[in-house]
Amino acid sequence: MLNIVSSILAPQVAASTSSYESIATTTLSTATATVTFSSIPATYTHLQLRIFWKLSAATNLIANYNGSGAGNYKTHALYADGATVSSFVPSTSPNSVGFGYLGASTSFATTIVDILDYANTTTNKTTRYLMGDDRNGSGDIEFGSGLWLNTAAINQIVIAGQGGATLQQYSSLALYGIKG
Amino acid sequence: MAAGSTYTPIATTTLGSAAASYTFSSIAGSYTDLVLIAVGTVAVDGDSLTVRFNSDSATNYSTTSLRGSGTAASSARGSSLTSLFLGYGDGFASSAITNAIMNIQNYANTTTNKTTLSRINNAGGTTGVGAEANVGLWRSTAAITSITIGGQTGNLSTGMTLTLYGIAAA
Repeated sequence: MLNIVSSILAPQVAASTSSYESIATTTLSTATATVTFSSIPATYTHLQLRIFWKLSAATNLIANYNGSGAGNYKTHALYADGATVSSFVPSTSPNSVGFGYLGASTSFATTIVDILDYANTTTNKTTRYLMGDDRNGSGDIEFGSGLWLNTAAINQIVIAGQGGATLQQYSSLALYGIKG
Repeated sequence: MAAGSTYTPIATTTLGSAAASYTFSSIAGSYTDLVLIAVGTVAVDGDSLTVRFNSDSATNYSTTSLRGSGTAASSARGSSLTSLFLGYGDGFASSAITNAIMNIQNYANTTTNKTTLSRINNAGGTTGVGAEANVGLWRSTAAITSITIGGQTGNLSTGMTLTLYGIAAA
């Protein structure tokens, strides 16, 4: 029987003099429905997520900020599958922001997400990602941009597979803060 | 108590003479990800840089690329390759500086195959000019302890800088 748990991570390090700081990291020992980075301090300028991930189904990796749900997100992607290049709006919009589409549940993908100016309380929040998944004869690479239609500072990020797909064992999710 | 550095230079070199390849060896397993940066020129215009892990030159590599040449966007795939590449369609220039960056994710784990994300930017050459992104796969569960960078066709030129960084986790 699948043991589905929700991992919740609070910041794990004390203050540092470094400009690029690790805030929290987890490597999943079992399949997990969601991973939550909570209580994100507003002391950085940008955030970066570095995610090594596998899902129980071929679908999108998605995220929501501060518990914000339906109708608040936009994502656009440029996608290449080894033969053709296309651009599309992932089905994650408008209920979540997308971090890339995994073409098969049998392999790991990797995504690097930059969440820019996440702590300001004046503008909506923008993200960009680079994602890839190669399976020696199949796979894809994807650029994306995301928008959260909210001026609040981001203090929580919940990451999950779209449609209830679970994050698989050995997936690794790391959040970093970049000082300006 | 203050935390240590998270984005740490492991090693860097600036080639004092042309070389067929350069190897970062004895890479510690104490980081989460590695970042490899190459900046410089090559002997053969448009030449790609090969990247091999742990001296593996067998057909254990594959890649998918997205490339923009300035006139067209394209995608290509390489399967069962003998190396990964910094530039699978694009390459490094012989007379203008080209830069490339490769993120090597979860390099030290001994459970999964290794995945990379890379970008190359060649705006000043004659052949293999453009912007390109690649995902790469090394089908090995071994931890990466060495990285060898070489020219696919010719030498790396004098003055090329190769830098390896480690990114630590909390």
